Amino acid sequence: MKYIGDRLFALVNVIVLAVIAIVTFFPFYYVLVVSFTDPSEYISKPFILFPEHWSFRSYEYLLTTRSFLRALSNSTFLAVAGTLCSLAVTAALAYAVSRKRMRGRRKIMMMVLFTILFGPGMIPSYMLVRDMGLINSIWSLIIPALASGWNVILMKGFFESIPVELEESAAMDGCNDISIWFRIILPLSLPSLAAFGLFYAVGYWNQFFSAILYLNDPEKWPIQVFLQNMLITATNSELNSDVFAQPPPAETMKMAAVIIATVPILLVYPFLQKHFAKGAMVGSVKG
Amino acid sequence: MATEKTETMARERDSHSSLRLQADKHRYLPRLWLDMRRDKYLFMLALPGVVYFILFKYVPMWGILMAFQNYSPYTGIWDSQWVGLEHFRHFFSIPDFALLFRNTMGINLLNLIFFFPLPILLSLLLNEVRSQLYKRLVQSIVYMPHFLSWVIIAGLTFLLFAKGEGLFNKMLAAAGLERIDVLTNPDAFWVMLTLQSIWKEAGWGTIIFLAAIAGVDPGLYEAARMDGASRIRQMWHITLPAMRSVIIILLILRLGNIMDVGFEQVFLMYNGAVSQVAEVFDTYVYRVGIQQAQFSYSTAAGLFKAVVGLVLVVLANKLAKKFGEEGVY
Repeated sequence: MKYIGDRLFALVNVIVLAVIAIVTFFPFYYVLVVSFTDPSEYISKPFILFPEHWSFRSYEYLLTTRSFLRALSNSTFLAVAGTLCSLAVTAALAYAVSRKRMRGRRKIMMMVLFTILFGPGMIPSYMLVRDMGLINSIWSLIIPALASGWNVILMKGFFESIPVELEESAAMDGCNDISIWFRIILPLSLPSLAAFGLFYAVGYWNQFFSAILYLNDPEKWPIQVFLQNMLITATNSELNSDVFAQPPPAETMKMAAVIIATVPILLVYPFLQKHFAKGAMVGSVKG
Repeated sequence: MATEKTETMARERDSHSSLRLQADKHRYLPRLWLDMRRDKYLFMLALPGVVYFILFKYVPMWGILMAFQNYSPYTGIWDSQWVGLEHFRHFFSIPDFALLFRNTMGINLLNLIFFFPLPILLSLLLNEVRSQLYKRLVQSIVYMPHFLSWVIIAGLTFLLFAKGEGLFNKMLAAAGLERIDVLTNPDAFWVMLTLQSIWKEAGWGTIIFLAAIAGVDPGLYEAARMDGASRIRQMWHITLPAMRSVIIILLILRLGNIMDVGFEQVFLMYNGAVSQVAEVFDTYVYRVGIQQAQFSYSTAAGLFKAVVGLVLVVLANKLAKKFGEEGVY
């Protein structure tokens, strides 16, 4: 270390980053501790940064509320079924167009690429879903969002990196392309499929707007719409406040709901972290 | 060119193998047909995806015709009355249009000035951290919000800043100060959106820059140290230039997407008090189209935005190529 300036810089850098990390982390921390705060303590104190009395009451109440559990199970179904369907469709298409001998693969890719740049828009898409009779069906959140052009492109690039020899030797043994794909290519691609699957799953879990658009029946609501009604509509009477018949729930309960809805993401987060590069590529270009 | 060659080679190779015999047998059949028959299982694999893209991304494009009609659900798209550009004329003439345009540009401009540079700065700082453990800890924390839904982000904003029960205002009240209503203040709305975007995405945005930094030859830093350059000078003369092309391309792309505003974000933070500064093209299409069922008019509004957006992205991509960058497609 030649320069005092350098040492000072390193110190300031560590401090600045610590402040950034704390600011980012604080909302999680606050919501977490308040969700475990005893309701009477929450009411009596002006504000809480660290509770004296811990309590699971908010969680007990929420986890026995039928509508909340239903929203959780709707979202779980959405994430599992949606991810499986999306992966199957994306991987099949991406594998087919990654084979250089396939006729028309370029035309198909052009067709897929164009959908990234230009879409039919909200109203025509809505009318199609309506005409297909999918309104108020949970499948309206899956089928119209099955594949994304970006994922097809990324997965195609991945399949292209698998040596052709593997496929050729299987073809010698009398496998057709579908069984090669299913028995050889997919098992080989499991780590990569898991990465795509995680990103799809987070997308389905977080899906909000299509649910607002296509689902009118509160029975079918995924967790995000439930949360919106609990957290935002209740404090914002300008928005359609008639949906929540009961009085606004206590703050501690809202925070518990936020925590429960975030836990699945926290659970997959370490696995997501392994595959950031891929996700960042999608995210950064998508904007 | 190169891929074309490998493609022909691949086809050639296949035709030299067992399929050759078959091909000889059916010489009268066109080559295309034979290839397609050979790859029929590949086409089967592609089928669901192709059907999906056609059905959900191309078929609804017929619906765009509604923008030039007075669409009525009873007569359907074939028999509705054609009105030409009437809806567009109406859209451009009403005050709403100027409002939507101003809000879209305002939100995007704030974003460009205050959000865009942050991932660059943050990745510079992260790159200078000596301890890998500390670096990874900070990264794990700042990447996390990216994976949360906008509903959660909006909810957290309410829990922290609501006038009555928000932590911020409760602390102000406890300190004997006046409560501030951030959420229904039209002057604060754009700033609040920008801050939300920063909290959610600034950390995640560093990934692409850190990847660019990782490609720098360590020898450069060594040489600079030998020449007596301080850490800050190294940052300025080595790290930053290494990020330049990524910065340029992201900036151009950002400009190409200037018609887009995070729809869910605005939709969730929208309330009557801020409607004048919060309405953007997408929320307008939703409100007029879905909630008021003015299908034709809202389709026209949406189409205007989509076409301008498409033109801007294509121009941006051309510009990127002109700068010697790769472009996105």
